[in-house]
Amino acid sequence: MRIFEPHAHMTSRTTDDYEAMAAVGVKAVVEPAFWLGQPRTSVGSFVDYFNSLLGWERFRAAQFGIRHHCTIGLNPKEANDGRLRREVLEILPRFLAKDGVVAVGEIGFDAMTAGEEEALVAQLALALEHELPVLVHTPHRDKAAGTRRTLELVEAAGLACERVLIDHNNELTVHDVKASGCWAGFSIYPGTKMDEHRLVRVLEEHGPDRVIVNSACDWGVSDPLKVYKTAAAMRAAGFDEDDVDRVVWRNPVEFFEQSGRLILDDLAAPDLTATFEGSGVLRGERA
Amino acid sequence: MTVEELSAALARAAAPAGLAWLQGAIDELGENAEAIRVRFAMVGRAVGRGPLDPRADPADVHAWTIDDAARALLLIALGDAAEAELDELYRYGDTAERRAILRELPYLDLGGRGLGFIDDAIRTNDTRLIAAALGPYATEHLPDAAFDQAVLKCVFVGVPISGVDGVPARATPQGARMLAAFVLERVVAGRDVPAEVWGVIDRFSPQAEIAAIERELESAFEDRCRAAERALGQRGWERA
Repeated sequence: MRIFEPHAHMTSRTTDDYEAMAAVGVKAVVEPAFWLGQPRTSVGSFVDYFNSLLGWERFRAAQFGIRHHCTIGLNPKEANDGRLRREVLEILPRFLAKDGVVAVGEIGFDAMTAGEEEALVAQLALALEHELPVLVHTPHRDKAAGTRRTLELVEAAGLACERVLIDHNNELTVHDVKASGCWAGFSIYPGTKMDEHRLVRVLEEHGPDRVIVNSACDWGVSDPLKVYKTAAAMRAAGFDEDDVDRVVWRNPVEFFEQSGRLILDDLAAPDLTATFEGSGVLRGERA
Repeated sequence: MTVEELSAALARAAAPAGLAWLQGAIDELGENAEAIRVRFAMVGRAVGRGPLDPRADPADVHAWTIDDAARALLLIALGDAAEAELDELYRYGDTAERRAILRELPYLDLGGRGLGFIDDAIRTNDTRLIAAALGPYATEHLPDAAFDQAVLKCVFVGVPISGVDGVPARATPQGARMLAAFVLERVVAGRDVPAEVWGVIDRFSPQAEIAAIERELESAFEDRCRAAERALGQRGWERA
């Protein structure tokens, strides 16, 4: 089985996680830029964070045969710091030009403030300018209203709906998102947002078209194998291999391929995990 | 490689569309040097990322890539304006951009002012950056102690030192001693070392460390004896 993990904060995960993900068939990941559990206070912290997503994390992933891509953006939580908002928005164009940056994101709403909306609108414009798709985070609280406002702003920005992935959906938001023409992302968590069995019910009701599943694993309680477990739940519920492949591989590839910057070319290359005495040596890593 | 050789190799390796993009970018830089800030990042997808020499092993961290060469030509085209852009290109650069800057330092008229980039790259654990840092520029400018430490780090993280420009010419007795001590540490752990370390060690043959490795042949622990045999066997040594 091949798995494309479209949303994983690997910076927070260990090499055991990479090993386990590779063992169940994860060939590629997208790591969206987000917050780190504690607010940053200077733009320099963002520069180093973005650089680590483009450098060290890609190197770590490649040692396990996994292609690492990222999205770059200012998350809504930290968009509420006025000075940070201005300074981070200023450096974003430099990073949005990079190879392996496959979307602007995660952007969106947290507490529906004016600062969040300003950052969201500015970054929707940057996505148009840099010809990148958009990964939208929807709020944990008042999710349905936040999602509706996000969809209005996407439309007002003139972005094509097929270039927008609205993430962290649940049973109450999926209808609006699918009706809008955007892609619907589901973060499968242990216990909270959405679990794999509820997701199977969503798939039974709405079908696999434009549905993307992720683990959103980060520094909180989360499980980097949730996409794999979702595939298992789909099979147990009677979905065939083609449906499973569509949800865990072809859909996310189709969405992020719109960036023109996915690097999946030499996935078949052997020996990516070859090591010399425990020190990983990179084989054939691109960019 | 001279600039002419670099251009010729790139003309052979890159596709016509990529070369046309590069020429367009070079022309643009003549009008506006700041265009490098976006163009430099786009080189991989516009010109290519494969090996510059089609016969090179894609796994060879020392081998130049198409994007390295294309970025070199962009920086060279900037002329005197290159140095002013370099700090920010490196700071905001991804690994491929940083690798290219490290490889291109000898082509820019910087004297020793590029050493900060070399030091930064050697501090990382990214084998691509460490390998790129240890080219002719490091051979010329890196102080002895730093060069010896860098060679040891290469062995530690798995960058082949036979591809490092200054090896073995730049190695010092102190560097040979550190590598021999590293061999001893590995032997005591029952582990192996790459045979190429002996090319540096045996230029100076540090006696104390080599004697200590030889004593491991008589170790009470079988794995240490075997590791000592394997390590010493790499230098043409045979047990009497």
